[in-house]
Amino acid sequence: MTPFDRADWLTLLLHFISLSLLAVGGAITTTPDMHRFLVDSHHWLTNEQFVSSVALAQAAPGPNILFVALMGWNVGLNSVGGLGHGVASWVAGLTGMSLAMLGILLPSTTLTYFATRWGHRNRELRLVRAFKQGMAPIVVALLMATAWVLMMGDRVAPFNGRIVALAVVSMIIVWRTRVHLLWLLATGALAGALGLI
Amino acid sequence: MHSSAVPLERPDAPRPRTLTELYWAFTVLALQGFGGVLAVVQRELVEKKRWLTTEEFVEDWAVAQIMPGPNVVNLSVMLGDRYFGWRGAVAGLAGMLSMPLVVVILIAAFLENAADTVTGQGALRGMGAVAAGLIAATGLKLIPALRSNPMGQRQALGVVAVTFVLIALVRVPLAWVLLGVGTPACGLAWIGLKRMTTRGSASTSSKEAAS
Repeated sequence: MTPFDRADWLTLLLHFISLSLLAVGGAITTTPDMHRFLVDSHHWLTNEQFVSSVALAQAAPGPNILFVALMGWNVGLNSVGGLGHGVASWVAGLTGMSLAMLGILLPSTTLTYFATRWGHRNRELRLVRAFKQGMAPIVVALLMATAWVLMMGDRVAPFNGRIVALAVVSMIIVWRTRVHLLWLLATGALAGALGLI
Repeated sequence: MHSSAVPLERPDAPRPRTLTELYWAFTVLALQGFGGVLAVVQRELVEKKRWLTTEEFVEDWAVAQIMPGPNVVNLSVMLGDRYFGWRGAVAGLAGMLSMPLVVVILIAAFLENAADTVTGQGALRGMGAVAAGLIAATGLKLIPALRSNPMGQRQALGVVAVTFVLIALVRVPLAWVLLGVGTPACGLAWIGLKRMTTRGSASTSSKEAAS
């Protein structure tokens, strides 16, 4: 792949900008379009890099949106031919990372900032209160549904009884005790690494 | 006129005192968030620091979730702004993203192939299962906050059940569920609030008359 010129970097930035406001329910809902753009049309990422960006961001600490940072990082690295070029690699990788994150976050965060400011100033309005209170049971259900989907698997990760058992036990422990969450995650990672899951 | 029926913000509630405290609070919780940050946010901000009550958390979470963009990022912007204005929003956002970005890039640069080994895959699966449990437990902990919902507890639990079935079992796209279930749910809340306001101002005026 040839090094990126300004137009390529701009195209990368604009793509993530265009997806930002569509990411209702989390940026993960826009991954099919990212795949189409980055892997299929532009060949800026291999399919393996795409998949491992998502997986790594989920395993690493922090918001899952960091998968976008990793995609930008990998696009940048690919543009100079990998990590083997010292400073040039890091500059390209970090440029890709910054542009991807800026694009995916700037529009949605700006909108959230002004909309929730307005909402907070007018929090006594019945309209604002009805919206928040009406949505409250829905977001509680979304949490349960997310957990359900993660537990029960899909075509990529088929149903596994031991995953369900571990998830249910973790749920009860977190619900009923104040054990530190990191202990639970470490136990899960260990059980998985030993091949028990 | 209707302020007596409104749960006003608690003036003496704990809150971050400086931008630095806010930044580090979000950094600490972001760095604990393996497989998503939400479970940690609930435990740190509601249970430990008590910056938010469970009810406030559910409301703020609903807004953060509905706005486009990553929900925990939205939440950090909203809370930061509430405490310190735009500088707080920037500090909250920076706390949520800066350290995790450094960590994830370092992992990507130096351990790129770890996730491809059998052991690595197993560890990811195990952490994923625990993360599912954490998210479910957070949902369970938020259910008591629905008791005081103006649409009535039974209706609120009904909305929970319908939404769960549509998203988890039928797999209807989120946008349709938000429109199709969200609109009537907000309508029910609107009606409930209207009823509470009338009753609230009636009881206030009767109390005033008694004194």
